[in-house]
Amino acid sequence: MSSRRAPWTRMTTPFRDISRRAVISAGIIVWVMVVAAWWIISHTNVVPAMFLPSPEKVGAAGVRLLSDGSLIVHTLASLEVVMLGFAISSIVAIPVGLWMGSYRAVQAVLEPLVNFVRYLPVTAFVPLLILWIGIGIQQRVSVIILGTFFQQVVMIADSARAVPRDLVNAAYTLGTKRSKVVWHVIFPAALPEILDTLRVTLGWAWSYLVVAELVAASSGLGYITIKAMRGFQVDVIFMAIATIGVLGLLSDLFFRFLRARVAPWAHR
Amino acid sequence: MTELSASSPVEPAPIALFPRQHRPLGTPARLAIEHVTLRYGGPDGTLAVDDVSIDVEQNEFCVIVGPSGCGKSSLLYLAAGLTELTSGDIRVDGHLVSEPGPDRGMVFQGYTLFPWLTVRQNVEYGPKRKGIGKAERRAIAERFLAEVGLGQFADVFPSQLSGGMKQRVALARALANDPSVLFMDEPFGALDSQTRGTMQKLLLRVWEHTQKTVLFVTHDIDEAILLGDRVVVMTARPGRIKAEIKVDFARPRAMDLVLEPEFIALKRHILGLLHDEIDEEH
Repeated sequence: MSSRRAPWTRMTTPFRDISRRAVISAGIIVWVMVVAAWWIISHTNVVPAMFLPSPEKVGAAGVRLLSDGSLIVHTLASLEVVMLGFAISSIVAIPVGLWMGSYRAVQAVLEPLVNFVRYLPVTAFVPLLILWIGIGIQQRVSVIILGTFFQQVVMIADSARAVPRDLVNAAYTLGTKRSKVVWHVIFPAALPEILDTLRVTLGWAWSYLVVAELVAASSGLGYITIKAMRGFQVDVIFMAIATIGVLGLLSDLFFRFLRARVAPWAHR
Repeated sequence: MTELSASSPVEPAPIALFPRQHRPLGTPARLAIEHVTLRYGGPDGTLAVDDVSIDVEQNEFCVIVGPSGCGKSSLLYLAAGLTELTSGDIRVDGHLVSEPGPDRGMVFQGYTLFPWLTVRQNVEYGPKRKGIGKAERRAIAERFLAEVGLGQFADVFPSQLSGGMKQRVALARALANDPSVLFMDEPFGALDSQTRGTMQKLLLRVWEHTQKTVLFVTHDIDEAILLGDRVVVMTARPGRIKAEIKVDFARPRAMDLVLEPEFIALKRHILGLLHDEIDEEH
């Protein structure tokens, strides 16, 4: 608004907006600094090249894996697992979370169980899941479901519980049936928060994917890293990690876009 | 705030002249609150509303005033079926009601427009639940949005409206459902005093058009006398009825009624009743 205050005062005032140009340049500067530091460290041999490849080497590894098609194949393999696991988990977690947040009876039944399972480390289940369902894609999908589902249920139940009571009351006085309130009022009222929950948990799904692929897989980005480790191809490990980072960034952008489209009223 | 458009499609209804006709003997009141009691937290809990009975006649504008925390809002929630009664009955046209329903509309103190629906969709919500077809729903929404002077805001989301505008839409939404009784729970309580005045003027005009049966809760005595045909004064907690006062000013009423000596005399009387309550409490 007023530009009378010095930029420094604006930057150091909580919640105060800074210019769009400053936001973009800050983002670029940080990236340039990180890559520059990496470049300097890798070229001055402070860290042996065996452990820290130079940016160019990682870029070259990327080009190599892209041109022989293996990066695409493994990325798609990972994407398939994440999307399957995440979709199955979300499709079930949304109604279950809404019911748990809306009905005290459902909460009483589910909450003790969900809160117990939620704190169990997913990694501990990997050996068990391998025993039960082998090392196929089902095992990796299961790891992702196990890792995201219970978190999603709790977070979605919280957003359902946060729906103002008078919004529901208003719906009643306008003729909404008791059995329809969850669908007609609580779900749309909680939708922006549900979409935020999905965005956050999709990030977690990517971490569980790598865990699953490190242990038992014959394709995927996690599999590439473990294979590269055995061959001391540190550049390939860096490549795979960067790819996951980019995919995470893209999925985050996708969910922001989706939120703006599906819940335009809750525009931020 | 835009002033109301003169192009309102609603034909002004004949102005109701006071005194209202008495209902024939043996016919039920539009809304009957009969010996209603509310006690929180079991048989030994706090008594919030104690044996309150109020009959609201058809087309009557009845206002409840009382000290804060006296249970006047609770009484509305009970009558609307949103809170469970401890004992007593609520009847609409003689029929016992125990659950909330579209026959009893409500404008709440806080903002309760559905944020995911546009203004128009908010107003169409009740008719849609009733299964009224698209074209007719749209006509209803147009009519009531024009009634509250917000026709040109039909396609925006509630988040883009000011507080006063939100309450106008909430009024239109409640009226669009054509309830037998309209409850209003301090609907202008959160507004600044200028907007509040505009809203009172608007409500007077809308009510004179629509002739709804209204039960209105407020702690503002000016508002109560200005709007009501009758003012019910409640005691401090537990809420009981302390007095009922007929308000005989002719309609249509104008805002400068508050400057008339008769108005001020009535206000002094009600203030006296309320002050007794507040003094007793301290």
